Amino acid sequence: MVATLQVENLETHFPSRDGIVRAVDGVSFAIEPGEILGLVGESGSGKSITGFSILGLIDPPGRIANGSIKFKGEELTTASPERLRQLRGARIAMIFQDPMMTLNPVLRIDTQMIETVQAHEKVSEAAARVRCVETLKAVGIAAPEDRLKSYPHQFSGGMRQRIAIATALLHKPDLIIADEPTTALDVTIQGQILYEMRKLCRETGTALIWITHDLSVVAGLADRIMVMYAGKIVETGKIATVIERPQHPYTRGLIGSVPGAMPRGKRLFQIPGMTPALINLPPGCRFKNRCARADATCEAMPELAELQPGHGVRCHHPFGAEPLTLAEVR
Amino acid sequence: MLVFIIRRLMQAALVVAVMSVLVFVGIYMIGDPLAILVSPEATELDREAIARSLGLDRPMWEQYLAFVGSALQGDFGKSFVFGQPAIGLILERMPATLELALIATIMSVLIGVPLGLYAGLRHETVAARAIMAGSVLGFSLPNFWVGLMLIMVFAVQLGWLPASGRGPTVDVFGIQLSFLTLAGWKYLALPALTLGLSKCALIVRLARATAREVMLMDFVKFARAKGLSEKRVIGVHILKNIMVPITTVTGLELGTLIAFAVITETIFSWPGMGKLLIDSIVHLDRPVVVAYLIVVVLLLVLISLIVDILYSVLDPRVRLGDAK
Repeated sequence: MVATLQVENLETHFPSRDGIVRAVDGVSFAIEPGEILGLVGESGSGKSITGFSILGLIDPPGRIANGSIKFKGEELTTASPERLRQLRGARIAMIFQDPMMTLNPVLRIDTQMIETVQAHEKVSEAAARVRCVETLKAVGIAAPEDRLKSYPHQFSGGMRQRIAIATALLHKPDLIIADEPTTALDVTIQGQILYEMRKLCRETGTALIWITHDLSVVAGLADRIMVMYAGKIVETGKIATVIERPQHPYTRGLIGSVPGAMPRGKRLFQIPGMTPALINLPPGCRFKNRCARADATCEAMPELAELQPGHGVRCHHPFGAEPLTLAEVR
Repeated sequence: MLVFIIRRLMQAALVVAVMSVLVFVGIYMIGDPLAILVSPEATELDREAIARSLGLDRPMWEQYLAFVGSALQGDFGKSFVFGQPAIGLILERMPATLELALIATIMSVLIGVPLGLYAGLRHETVAARAIMAGSVLGFSLPNFWVGLMLIMVFAVQLGWLPASGRGPTVDVFGIQLSFLTLAGWKYLALPALTLGLSKCALIVRLARATAREVMLMDFVKFARAKGLSEKRVIGVHILKNIMVPITTVTGLELGTLIAFAVITETIFSWPGMGKLLIDSIVHLDRPVVVAYLIVVVLLLVLISLIVDILYSVLDPRVRLGDAK
């Protein structure tokens, strides 16, 4: 079976006055139909840029400097702009972080959804409208016929995100890239949307890349998880394996800083220091300055090594088989 | 909506009242119209007769009250110079000014928005920089100088276009219009260009600034992620957002164009209200000046009302009832 998406050694660079920002630096992964991949990292780790690279929506002067992105076997890095446009919104859809910002404030919902249908298929406006109504119903919007005539500001944040999701689903895409779509929503709405997205992927075989900084969201949603740090993947594996036996000190730090991992009343764990600036990075492990386990060997960049089949870690000092303990987190 | 319009009209009434006092006092202080109207050889008796017939013998506050009284009945007095009703003189010349200002505005929007949009979307290109440099010239060159240069080049050197006057007009429902014939356009082109140039430059800059702001918004990226063509992303998603501020500024500027077409009308001998105003100020023809200013205030209020309504059409988030 051909993977829905096969990314090999992707490098996305942003030239700047002070040097090249290597926002994504040698990222490789694959995703199968129906699979949900959690892409986790903090701000500036390159997770969103990875998503935009796949869609070919990197803002100039940024560019994909190296690597290959294959969508169902078709190379995207060399595809024509028109071919990318045909795929975007039809076969690969994207959902954005802030539902308040993703819908055009001066256009009605029906305009914004029907144009998406008509951008890819020659259908009448009436037929397109029928499809919009059905899709809105599927994401749980009541009275969609009337709601289509509304403007974005007449909806709550959760409703807008449902509309954005419905827009992404109009063409039943093979791959959805969701860039922190529940971050701006309150927790109950977040739960509903997570549940619905998961159901959708199972039913339709749509592959989903869920980009987030929130491990707890991904834990209940994804099949696999990929942790990014400073443009590189530091750990990847099945969700249960990574959450229960994280090998990379950074992943451990992330899990330790989720509320609930610590006894009540204790200070939450904090990873010391800051994400390094992505300009002119020093050689070696990018996490070494914040890492308690770093030593001289960390001056060389570790490879992403498989400890077990399917569980890769980019660290000279993985934690091994020992399960995560509270003492360890401290 | 109705409340909104009524409130606007009340504001306008207040402005008109304050302004009429100011103009009355102002012109009273500048000089005595009799000195200009009556020939130096006239006898004292003649002077008094004329003063009485024009109502100039009474104290100023009395003159003002008399004016207000008749103005409320729609009579703004007779021109000292022409002896005709002042309001009639103005309305007769208004179409020429309105036509000039409207054409200038339409020209500046049609030229300014595409140029500004281009300069905003491709802001690092040489063409974009050239547009921006041109726009600096556009609003820093003085209006009268631009007018004279255009006359020099197109009327004197090349002889393509007439230098002054309004030329032939077409009568539409009693209103004289130039833009319906090619000959009329020839007379309209230079003054409209002169008048619209600085507005065009302003719109270029505004369109560029808002385009650069809007193009970074998430909804533009989302529109691209939906697979829309670049034409639709720019022509619908970006353009419609840009038009909100453009409409506001254009509307406000249209008002100032009408009010301050004076210079352009003078240079091109365009028979509009502006030229009438200048002549009336020179002759201290108070009824015409006051009537002119009242008409302009009402026009400005009307335009800003239309702009507000248009604004709510363009931007659905704006609800007129909420405007305080």
